[in-house]
Amino acid sequence: MNGNIFDTPDDALHDVFEGATIMFGGFVSAGSPSNLILALQRRGTSGITGIANNIGLGDLLDVLNERRQLAKFIATFAIRASGGRASRFEELYRRGEVELELVPQGTFAERIRAGGAGLGGVLTRTGLGTMVQEGKQVLNVGGEDYLLEMPLRADFAFIKAHRADRMGNLQYRLAGRNFNPVMATAARIVIAEVEEIVEPGAIDPSDVGTPAVYVDRIVRCDPVPVRWEG
Amino acid sequence: MAEPLTRELIALRVARELRGGMVVNLGIGLPTLVGNFLPEGEQVLLQSENGILGYGRMSDADFDSDLINAGGQPVTLLPGASFFDSVDSFAMIRGGHVDVAVLGGLEVSERGDLANWYLPERGGGSIGGAMDLACGARRLIIAMTHTARGDRPRIRTRCEYPLTAAGVVDLIVTDLAVIEVHPDGLLLTEVAPGFDPAYVQARTEPRLRISRDLREMDL
Repeated sequence: MNGNIFDTPDDALHDVFEGATIMFGGFVSAGSPSNLILALQRRGTSGITGIANNIGLGDLLDVLNERRQLAKFIATFAIRASGGRASRFEELYRRGEVELELVPQGTFAERIRAGGAGLGGVLTRTGLGTMVQEGKQVLNVGGEDYLLEMPLRADFAFIKAHRADRMGNLQYRLAGRNFNPVMATAARIVIAEVEEIVEPGAIDPSDVGTPAVYVDRIVRCDPVPVRWEG
Repeated sequence: MAEPLTRELIALRVARELRGGMVVNLGIGLPTLVGNFLPEGEQVLLQSENGILGYGRMSDADFDSDLINAGGQPVTLLPGASFFDSVDSFAMIRGGHVDVAVLGGLEVSERGDLANWYLPERGGGSIGGAMDLACGARRLIIAMTHTARGDRPRIRTRCEYPLTAAGVVDLIVTDLAVIEVHPDGLLLTEVAPGFDPAYVQARTEPRLRISRDLREMDL
């Protein structure tokens, strides 16, 4: 990172374009880049392919459906089988107005890792003999069948960390890591929302969760408290 | 007239399968209740897909949006807990480092196939960590009611709902029975207090073998 510290989340998103593919870190309420999501809503960019663990479940991502900014979403958890209030995403999906690719969570993590680590794909037993297998290559290695799962990359990754130093080293807190570190490796432009920006050296190198090399932009924001009401 | 077990009693019976030192992942819903009945004085390490090993009771004081389990519930931490990212979390799960996963079920087949993520009549469902847990945990316990609405058996010759994973279930604990899944079929080992094997069989699609050591559940 070259000192790309932005004053507002809106400024940090200045070049997000129509049809962009965007990864969003976070797991339900933990480590979710809520200020960046709200800035994307204000910006109104549409045709987005979103990639996140969940949508409409204790995150703010569902605001992007108020003006139909999403064309497609890749997630592990988006549609509930049980009762409860449906998210806007769920309503749009049921009307065929947004596309959904549902991915097992471990496969989701490993596809992003492959995308960020320069690997050509992932072999996993997860999903064999299920709907997830449809249209995918099965490879037999050492007498075991595996599904070939392809890497995921994005134009942008919006991530959330607790602190950043001015070089872009990030420190996470509690269960706020989840998909943030791996998504930071897999996008062309990585924008981190943090609660505090400190001088280099103020974060103990042992505590750096994402090294600065992966981070392009940082913006300090007050956290948005989000709670999943089920 | 005997009553089928409550959700809490199903959870209590599942908890009897757990021992100190085990790494255990509890799924959303009924399996979460198992956390209330862990063995006293022994530390079972609860793993949560979102990146926690060693969480404790649910917490309602001072909600911290960064300290939740995979079901979005606020949790406390036990001494020795650790945090990690999702890649690590699923290395634990897929790599066979989780001793026991307890998941809910919609259907289980006599071959141990599990269907628990997609409900056709609602036209929906989500996968989350279920497929990886079902494939990767060393032992898979399914906690569910024995029948669905209209007394439809959930334990079936073949699953009719879309599968979560094939041939993965080790033990089924329901409100009527405890059933082991073996390569040669299902073995009824325990019945809920007041119920007999014939009652359980009448609500189970495939034929159950009855254990020579069949007993009433000790609750």
